Amino acid sequence: MRRNPRELEFTHRKLTRRTLLLGGLQLAFAGGLAARMRYLQVDQADQFRLLAEENRINIRLLPPARGEIFDRNGITLAQNSPSYRITIVPEDAGDVGQVIADLSRLIPLDPEDLERALAEMRRSPPFLPVTLADQIGWEDVSKVAVNAPALPGITPEVGLTRYYPQGDAFAHVVGYVGPVSDYDLSKIESPEPILRIPRFQIGKVGFEAKSEDALRGKAGAKRVEVNATGRVMRELDRREGEPGADMQLTVDATLQSYVQARLGKESAAAVIVDCRNGDVHAIASSPSFDPNLFVRGISVGDYRMLTEDPYRPLANKAVQGTYPPGSTFKMVTALAALEDGVIGPNDTVYCPGHLEVSGRKFHCWKRAGHGHVDLNTSLKQSCDVYYYDVAMKVGIDKISAMANRLGLGVRHDLPMSAVASGLAPNRDWKQRVHGQDWLIGDTANASIGQGYMLASPMQLAVMTARIASGRNITPRLLKSLDGIDQSGNEAEPLGLNENHLRSVRKGMFSVSNDRRGTGYRSRIIAEDMRMAGKSGTSQVRNITAAERAAGVIRNEDLPWERRDHALYVAYAPFDNPRFAVSVVVEHGGGGSTAAAPIARDVLLQALYGGTPPLAAYPKGDRSRIKAQQERLERERLQRQDAEGNDRA
Amino acid sequence: MSYLEHHAKSTPTGLRKILYLNWPLTLLLASVAGVGFLMLYSVAGGSFSPWAEPQAKRFALGMVVMVVVAMVPIWFWRNISALAYVMSLVLLLAVEFFGTVGMGAQRWIDLGFMRLQPSELMKITLVMLLAAYYDWLPAEKTSRLFWVAVPVLMILIPTFLVLRQPDLGTSILLMAAGGGVMFLAGVHWAYFAAVIAAAVGLLTAVFQSRGTEWQLIKDYQFRRIDTFLDPSQDPLGAGYHITQSKIALGSGGWSGRGYMQGTQSRLNFLPEKHTDFIFTTLAEEFGFIGGFTLLSLYVLIIIFCVATALAARDRFSSLVTLGIAITFFLFFAVNMSMVMGLAPVVGVPLPLVSYGGSAMLVLLAAFGLVQSANIHRPR
Repeated sequence: MRRNPRELEFTHRKLTRRTLLLGGLQLAFAGGLAARMRYLQVDQADQFRLLAEENRINIRLLPPARGEIFDRNGITLAQNSPSYRITIVPEDAGDVGQVIADLSRLIPLDPEDLERALAEMRRSPPFLPVTLADQIGWEDVSKVAVNAPALPGITPEVGLTRYYPQGDAFAHVVGYVGPVSDYDLSKIESPEPILRIPRFQIGKVGFEAKSEDALRGKAGAKRVEVNATGRVMRELDRREGEPGADMQLTVDATLQSYVQARLGKESAAAVIVDCRNGDVHAIASSPSFDPNLFVRGISVGDYRMLTEDPYRPLANKAVQGTYPPGSTFKMVTALAALEDGVIGPNDTVYCPGHLEVSGRKFHCWKRAGHGHVDLNTSLKQSCDVYYYDVAMKVGIDKISAMANRLGLGVRHDLPMSAVASGLAPNRDWKQRVHGQDWLIGDTANASIGQGYMLASPMQLAVMTARIASGRNITPRLLKSLDGIDQSGNEAEPLGLNENHLRSVRKGMFSVSNDRRGTGYRSRIIAEDMRMAGKSGTSQVRNITAAERAAGVIRNEDLPWERRDHALYVAYAPFDNPRFAVSVVVEHGGGGSTAAAPIARDVLLQALYGGTPPLAAYPKGDRSRIKAQQERLERERLQRQDAEGNDRA
Repeated sequence: MSYLEHHAKSTPTGLRKILYLNWPLTLLLASVAGVGFLMLYSVAGGSFSPWAEPQAKRFALGMVVMVVVAMVPIWFWRNISALAYVMSLVLLLAVEFFGTVGMGAQRWIDLGFMRLQPSELMKITLVMLLAAYYDWLPAEKTSRLFWVAVPVLMILIPTFLVLRQPDLGTSILLMAAGGGVMFLAGVHWAYFAAVIAAAVGLLTAVFQSRGTEWQLIKDYQFRRIDTFLDPSQDPLGAGYHITQSKIALGSGGWSGRGYMQGTQSRLNFLPEKHTDFIFTTLAEEFGFIGGFTLLSLYVLIIIFCVATALAARDRFSSLVTLGIAITFFLFFAVNMSMVMGLAPVVGVPLPLVSYGGSAMLVLLAAFGLVQSANIHRPR
């Protein structure tokens, strides 16, 4: 049909009009889009650029290498050793169940670990590695590495973990590390982010815990680019952390191992302090345990065995354990009296076997009594009555003050866990703590290191070193930090009368070298190494009058936990004191029989810097000592073997 | 016999037709597609697979289709409009029953060599039918109620079918494009005013009803609207796409972060980065300059279409060209508004740039119609 041209013209004009209108609207809209684009991309660019960076960049912490710990001769006590673990990336593995089954045919997999790993896989995105087996041996790692093509998604990874090559010899000194627990975090006010790294290890006990800040070092960080699902695409840059400071202890690893072995299976502790500067050369507590068990995560069974053992292997008895010092305290009472001037070294006291103090009978260990006793004899034969008598004269407050001066009842600040301060009681203390008046009988008890008196083996060693040197020796465990020597100034003199000290030392010399001395059987006969000592036997039970009348029950006939503690303190050489030692054998019986031989052996070992010649021992002992030396050497070799196997 | 056939003798014939192709328009289309290949190569991390290469092949095929369509006289296309529309409707119904549901909830029919989305086809055939309808309808009847109701029905039937798929984006596009053609054809203002007024009224009612007993839409639907209005309320949930998209755009700045350096797209913070959100990658990597260039290319294409339409001597040619221009405009306008946070996320691809076969082939076939109208214009 033909349209008439006028109509056509009209509709065409209308179309053109509307086209231009709509076209204009479209252009305006496009302009609006351009304006919006400009607003977002030009005006707000900086803000969005920042948001984009926040999106893509993640900061990951790099755990620093923990400082290593060495003994005074540079032998490693704690090191970071490579540890191998097997991880799986579920995404790469494909059939996870099949791969794990293949792997378990190759190396043993702990079902508990496996359970945990499977749970973790369900939670985390499939590209994140999950640990299947931790702390595995090199042999297993190589097995996995060789079979890698058949195990998709499985990677052996190497990390650093703490290792204590000395095993149980240093468990109490160095302590151990373990993964940060929620409990650890709850104790710290504002925990460093580094502590939240999974499996990050911190010091839990002992030196590791006390020196945590210096050992830990500073965390590094790397900036990584991540995608929307959190997968790391690449590393942008990294700032290495500062490794922790290396520490050198004053302890001598060889000596320490010897002491630990010499204590054997007894529940005992021994401390050796350098008489000149307070360096702790050995500080042993027995029984011990393998700290490496804790690093790996100790099994429930092993842990229960340690906690339920009546010999308390987890306790560091050398500094945590406090014992009535018994007769080893007598030097303190003697010095207090001499300094006070109430007695002279040659004044005598008559010992009939007991002393009656305000109506109560205090017995000497020797029922028959010692007769007339002067200072030297009182120490040599450990007469109790002499000290009861002297203590009555000088009074408890002065004895307590002298104890403090000699390092008892005061806390020595050592970088170890739960260092005990012991107790040197006085009137004030009893009033304050017990709300009771000090009784004269308390003074009698205190004078021979019984009653309220408590001291740790460490304190007894310090006391001995102070008496030997006449100086205010302070024990020191840290030799150097990051290569910087930590030794302080020479110890100040104690300010005690040198004559008084000499009298006491002479008495201690007699204990060890006089035929009638309590420690005579455990003497050193090498001329320039001769030692001075003092035995102690501290009661842990009351002896009733009835028992005393019937005859005191011998230690051997008592159950272990009711037997007396055996103590011995000593120093050598007598002429030029080098080492002071204290030995406590819990419920060991008599100090002169149970503790003194240990103290002698340990001193000789320290003095000779290794196995001492048999010539240093009394003739009669030599064959027995030889057998003992051979036995200890054999045990040491066995331990070394076991250690070697353990590491492989 | 209409005006077109009457003047058939004054139109180019044979191979001479190729000379009369609108070459600037062809070049513009190729440029836009080129931008698309560039971006698809980039979002694949510098690789022709899986997107850039198939896209280029489809573009080549599309250009052939365009030229073939352009060679065929425009009156042929006018004459088969109704048939094409009915076929599209049948296909829409077919996918309703036999189609496959895929990404973006659109349904397709697998033709073996490509997946055909009937809803894409419908965008063009609807425009063709409406243009043919107004070409046939005497001008004085244009605004009569009955003659208005007929095209409204033609629009609403496919819109309803597409909405059922459900594909909100395409149904909006169909309605808007259809309405646009009706407006251009000269339907009285009042109809449009009434529709707009009714829509505004309905929206107001919906929002007023919120929280009352006779609430008109569900709570979650309200929350979606909230998220659109303020994506920062829910940056990791429903607002995630918009938030990340805006970050990508904004971080591009003036000149962009450099080709293949866009962190937002490369690190997968962007959703659907090869389809609906591809503009964001472009804007991130080439900045405002890149985004504005693409927008300008689009506007130029619209201008060329409008020029062709105004030069045409018959209503079908004009209306079909303008209808295609409107559809094209709606594509990129809605897509860009969406990625810039001006419109809700409705799933409309960026024409010729987003990865997708049906859309590209259909669009190029449509531009074939525009070319045909240009070639077969009596001179």
